[in-house]
Amino acid sequence: MSLINKESVKKRMGSRVAANGFAKFLFILATSFSLLVLGVLIYRILAEGLPYLSLDFITNFASRMPERAGIWAALVGTIWIMAVTAPVSFILGVGTAIYLEEYAKKNAFTKFIQVNIANLAGVPSIVFGLLGLTIFVRLAGLGSSVLAGGLTMSLLILPVIVVASQEAIRTVPREIREASFGMGATKWQTIRRIVFPAALPGILTGTILALSRAVGETAPLLVLGALAYVAFVPENLFSQFTVLPIQLYNWTSRPQEDFHMLAASGIIILMIILLIMNSIAVYIRNKFHKRF
Amino acid sequence: MVSREKSNQKSIRSMIQENKSTRSQSAVMEKVVPKIFLICAVISIFTTLGIVFTLLTETFTFFNRISIVEFFTNTHWFPFTADKNADYGILALVMGTLTVTAIAMVVAIPVGLAAAIYLSEYASAKTRKFIKPILEVLAGIPTIVYGFFALTFVTPLLDSIIPGGISIFNALSPGIVVGIMIIPMIASLSEDAMNAVPNSMREGALALGATRFEVAMKVVLPAALSGVIASFVLGISRAIGETMIVTIAGGSRPTADIDVTESIQTMTAYIVQVSQGDTGYGTTIYYSIYAVGMTLFVFTLIMNLLAQFISRKFREEY
Repeated sequence: MSLINKESVKKRMGSRVAANGFAKFLFILATSFSLLVLGVLIYRILAEGLPYLSLDFITNFASRMPERAGIWAALVGTIWIMAVTAPVSFILGVGTAIYLEEYAKKNAFTKFIQVNIANLAGVPSIVFGLLGLTIFVRLAGLGSSVLAGGLTMSLLILPVIVVASQEAIRTVPREIREASFGMGATKWQTIRRIVFPAALPGILTGTILALSRAVGETAPLLVLGALAYVAFVPENLFSQFTVLPIQLYNWTSRPQEDFHMLAASGIIILMIILLIMNSIAVYIRNKFHKRF
Repeated sequence: MVSREKSNQKSIRSMIQENKSTRSQSAVMEKVVPKIFLICAVISIFTTLGIVFTLLTETFTFFNRISIVEFFTNTHWFPFTADKNADYGILALVMGTLTVTAIAMVVAIPVGLAAAIYLSEYASAKTRKFIKPILEVLAGIPTIVYGFFALTFVTPLLDSIIPGGISIFNALSPGIVVGIMIIPMIASLSEDAMNAVPNSMREGALALGATRFEVAMKVVLPAALSGVIASFVLGISRAIGETMIVTIAGGSRPTADIDVTESIQTMTAYIVQVSQGDTGYGTTIYYSIYAVGMTLFVFTLIMNLLAQFISRKFREEY
């Protein structure tokens, strides 16, 4: 007499295996949905945007006539904003990370800073726009200038850089620090000559990814009062400006079909810029990644 | 020989002298540098204080002009009419925001979770290596691009599918696209949580004869539940704060009675609308964006704290 009735086991297994197969199919379907959306998105933008894409499109200013419109002002404005955002956010972010990882004692104050940074990362970007509008534009009297926009963007991406830098600094092994101290180096000498160079690839990767997020941000600068229609490039830190995403928003929100195609062309440029920035980040990560 | 020694002595003395002076220099550096870095760290606190201070003071001014009761109970939001007829009832904007968020979560939670289960429980290492970067690309696309996609592709598509059509600006299209935007975030956070479940638990269940599906549903998912739910909450927070997609594709008709095929307005879209117009500094409308911003800030802050609380409190340690 067999204790296990193979027939009934098989029967019950059958439905469970079928359920497994069906679920697997659904899971794959859901995953491919994301891939499909990405494919459609890229195809649509290329199909709509390529006709208008030319060298003139890059070097022309915005215009009411679609054939003559270009993104030069927006492109230069984006570069100006990044020229402010990159150094400010880098210095503040890395400084914060070094303080938290190397100097800070594990007390309530340090924990408070840490929690605070985590919370800042979750604040909607448009709220940073309101902050910039009040503090930089009105209180500091900077107006809707490159400087105000760049500083606002710096604060927006600060949490990302801090977290990335902290992780990079944490991966530097204790031994090489101790070796440095053993040679008679002071703490600051060790940080400057040993820890910082060793952590730099990780810090740079995080910073570039954060900056590429800033390049695509629209809302804070819109709130700040960046112009949507600009036919000049910024001359100094106090000039008015526009950026690529705002120019795209301007074109997108017009009813005419032609402007939508212009927006698609601009999106291609924006995506190429982001692709380049991301590639650089990946390159740094792979090239300078050191295993201790 | 003697002269040589003398010169040597001299140089050693001067070397010691030099060393002393640089040492005092570096001692100064040792004291100053941490202070500089401390200032950097404190700036993040000042940023938070700045946000709270800004929102509070300007919102206070707003509530001096508009009663706080009206703000929270009125369901009409018509700030652009003549001053006396203007209505400031945040409920209209909140309902718009929640509608979009709800639609987004209906899209993002099942798809994101399914993708996470697939990646962590079914996919081979090779497939995972292929799919994860693509999800990262989706997460890195600027929201303005998603907004454009919603307006020029998803809305026309929905218009042809839904009987009776759909308005050019509606709640459904941006809702779906916000959902798509959040999928990578939910998928990757949930996958992290599920990956943290030790393999021995899976193997134990498999050895007892469970199928992969049963392992995923009855062992891995319950074990990773806190991380998974935290990812949902963070997703909701992102959806509430999303701006450009809803501004471009949602329209600007604040309404408390929700028809997803009709135009709506979210809190974020309202702030953009006012920032774009030529509203003067000091008008009630100008202050209203801070009141709306404050509401938005409180909503997302609660969500973020909740997510942190869930993942800390209910984390199961193995």
